[in-house]
Amino acid sequence: MRARLLTSGAAEGPVLSLDEPLSFWGAFEPRTGVILDVHHPQRGSCVKDTVLVMKETRGSGSAPGAIAEAIRLGTAPVAIVLAEPDINLAVGAEVAATLYGRRCVVACVSAAELERLRGARRVAIAADGAVMVD
Amino acid sequence: MELPESVRAQLAGEHGPAMQLAARLVVKAADIMKAERLIPITFAHLDACFYTGQAHVDFVRFLTENGAALAVETWTNNGVVSLADASLRPREEDPEMVEGAAELMHLYETLGTRPTWTCAPYQLPGGPKFGDHIAVGESNAVSYYNSVVGARTNKYGDYLDVACALTGLAPDAGLHRDEGRRAELHIDAAGLPEAWRREDIFAHLIGHHAGRIAGRRVPVISGLAGDAPKHALKAISSAAASSGGVELWHGTGVTPEAPELGAVFGSGETHVVTREDLARAHHELSTARDGPLDAVALGTPHFGLGEFEALVALFDGRKVKAGLPMLVSTSRGVRAMAQAKGWIAALEACGVEVPVDVCTYHSPRVRGLRGRVMTNAAKWAYYAPGMLGVEVAFGSLKECVESAIRGAVWRDPHLWTNA
Repeated sequence: MRARLLTSGAAEGPVLSLDEPLSFWGAFEPRTGVILDVHHPQRGSCVKDTVLVMKETRGSGSAPGAIAEAIRLGTAPVAIVLAEPDINLAVGAEVAATLYGRRCVVACVSAAELERLRGARRVAIAADGAVMVD
Repeated sequence: MELPESVRAQLAGEHGPAMQLAARLVVKAADIMKAERLIPITFAHLDACFYTGQAHVDFVRFLTENGAALAVETWTNNGVVSLADASLRPREEDPEMVEGAAELMHLYETLGTRPTWTCAPYQLPGGPKFGDHIAVGESNAVSYYNSVVGARTNKYGDYLDVACALTGLAPDAGLHRDEGRRAELHIDAAGLPEAWRREDIFAHLIGHHAGRIAGRRVPVISGLAGDAPKHALKAISSAAASSGGVELWHGTGVTPEAPELGAVFGSGETHVVTREDLARAHHELSTARDGPLDAVALGTPHFGLGEFEALVALFDGRKVKAGLPMLVSTSRGVRAMAQAKGWIAALEACGVEVPVDVCTYHSPRVRGLRGRVMTNAAKWAYYAPGMLGVEVAFGSLKECVESAIRGAVWRDPHLWTNA
């Protein structure tokens, strides 16, 4: 499996698969990495250091700031894998990489590939986009 | 994608690390949007000046310390604090946020923006015109500029809005292109009585209803009054952006790209609007039962000059019930214009407060409020229960004024008889 990398880098971590799109602003606490949205099925889960797998985000113009803040505070996922390319996450991660030298890999795969990742325990993404599933 | 020489130089770092980052963000966005080129813009309105954390401050400081220069006229959205009146947000309340928010706003002034601090920049003179390509972040302003002004923008999230302003470029995709601006569904309100379609509350209800149906698609609405005032078009823009995520709508005979239906829509999905649809919209926006009020909050998006004139006339010298907070949020620019007309003094004499620079959800007086709050703004009614934990009584401007004077929700017995 090969992902399209929206931000450069390599990452590895345990999979956290989300059943519903997450809004990074308002539904997520950057200070802790915990999902707050009372309507979200994974409320209470912590995204810190995970490979976050979800189809798409719930669009918010404030999402870039929220993901950049989480990367600054070290509470962000190591990678976010989506089935829909997401400009907000890519921009937020790029800004954080420049400001803080810390990376969160934002990657895109097909919907069918995303379903395979949901069942995995750990995922590793190489700098060339190659995806290793455990 | 073919890049202009100036962008290639920026990407190579020849204009410093700030412009390099800006160019990288714009090119990345263009790549994700599958744009074939970047196009010049003439104007930007930034949302990144609205404090959400330290990363926002670090970003703009990085820009100002590394030689960033704006390429186009750039205005600012409202802030979390007011630079004009620090008492609106006392430092003790949350020192980190208050200081961070004020620092953020000062840094954007240093960057060279025009400090308009408003979510309704289109109410100020000197903005973009029909056909201009622009970069805007605030959802209601995206909707208004695209729809009512006929300027062209996608909804640019934080940092990308700034990157477009610095490079003077945006990806040639989405609503910048003719094919992205066609209506995808028709919302037909022409069958409703004309007198009802001229009520100020109608604009909020039809906007909310249209957003619910359209989602993120482009709707065309027919049946709007051809001489609808600007604040009615603002209400439709902001309500549809909140309830659905609408970034462009057309109104036949009202908005510039839709002189008639056929200009933007062929055939396809059509929804005929009924009285019941609008009654349901009203019900969705009113979470409170009628009863005694804890506050009245107007000015989402920021109150305009025509609305101030209407408000002064509706008060007719009467006073807000003693002890009841009534806030009318606006920009410093519109406040100055209303002040020159004598309307601010008149309203303050009635017991109305008119804060500037700040977002209506973040003004501390609003933050501290609990209980039943009345508004005439569909956008405020949509977000306030979740963001502020208040119950909302939604009504017309006249209902808000009469309720403020009485201290309890008053309903206009004639309002729905027209419907």
